[in-house]
Amino acid sequence: MKNGKFLIIGILFGIILSKSEVVSWYRIYEMFKFQSFHMYGVIGSAVGVGVILMQLFKRGIIKDFQGNPINVKPKKKGFIRTFVGGSIFGLGWALAGACPGPIFVLIGHGAVTILIVLLGAILGAFIFGLLSKKLPS
Amino acid sequence: MEFISEPWPWYVAGPAITFILFLMFYFGRSFGVSTNLETFCTIGGAGKFSDYFKTDWKARKWSLIFVVGIILGGVISSEFLMPSQAIDLNPETVKELAELGFANAGNEYLPSEIFNTDNLLSLKGIGILLVAGLCIGFGTRYAGGCTSGHAITGLSSLQLPSLVAVIGFFAGGLLMVWFLFPLIF
Repeated sequence: MKNGKFLIIGILFGIILSKSEVVSWYRIYEMFKFQSFHMYGVIGSAVGVGVILMQLFKRGIIKDFQGNPINVKPKKKGFIRTFVGGSIFGLGWALAGACPGPIFVLIGHGAVTILIVLLGAILGAFIFGLLSKKLPS
Repeated sequence: MEFISEPWPWYVAGPAITFILFLMFYFGRSFGVSTNLETFCTIGGAGKFSDYFKTDWKARKWSLIFVVGIILGGVISSEFLMPSQAIDLNPETVKELAELGFANAGNEYLPSEIFNTDNLLSLKGIGILLVAGLCIGFGTRYAGGCTSGHAITGLSSLQLPSLVAVIGFFAGGLLMVWFLFPLIF
């Protein structure tokens, strides 16, 4: 199956997020309280290695599996969109102690109540979709 | 065996996450999770309410399968790879949380004060979970990405919108933890 590899990649991602405790509510709390280096180390080193990787993509040194150059899609611009949207996400990230990836990992851990967070997140995406044309960007 | 039984340090986890990013791009896709929330809406028939959701969700099957993998990764971890759920927290963090009403901080991945199933029986308990979710779903879609899409992919590719988004993530997170937590808990 063509998409089977994404299942494997997802499994690896779920294991990494579990084993590094990134999915723990406490790790997010202590990050926002500046009481531990752990999350800064995780995100910082991911971005640090990522910057090098992106340069290798950009210069065509690493190509995709079909030999095509890898292009990274530019993110939508707009200060209000990114700052206000980002801040609203930040409120939820700190309260639930989980961002979208970890929500799914925690479902795998058998945390039943995280399903309510997921339900809220789907509703939130739905509300955004309804309002998307009216919101400032 | 220690690699299996012990938690992984940041310098293993960070580059490992970048390896996931590499695999996604190598196979011609991108790295991000929150777009799936919209895909769920589309599958659930949200196109009836807004053209925004009139998209071809089948083109995003790969991402849904990625999410199924993430859940399975969680199952495999909790069944076989996490002999202990204890988290080694800063004593200062434990003390502060105790003052907020969180007993036994760090004994498990999730505090029972928020995630215990009994919380589903109280309006406040369910409200906290639902509002947190609403903020995550609305915020990530408005901002155009979450931690993987903006903080990891966006910052790695030196994109200004992602820097603004990550500053926003922290603005919201700091506001919640420093000012709203004492009011909520």
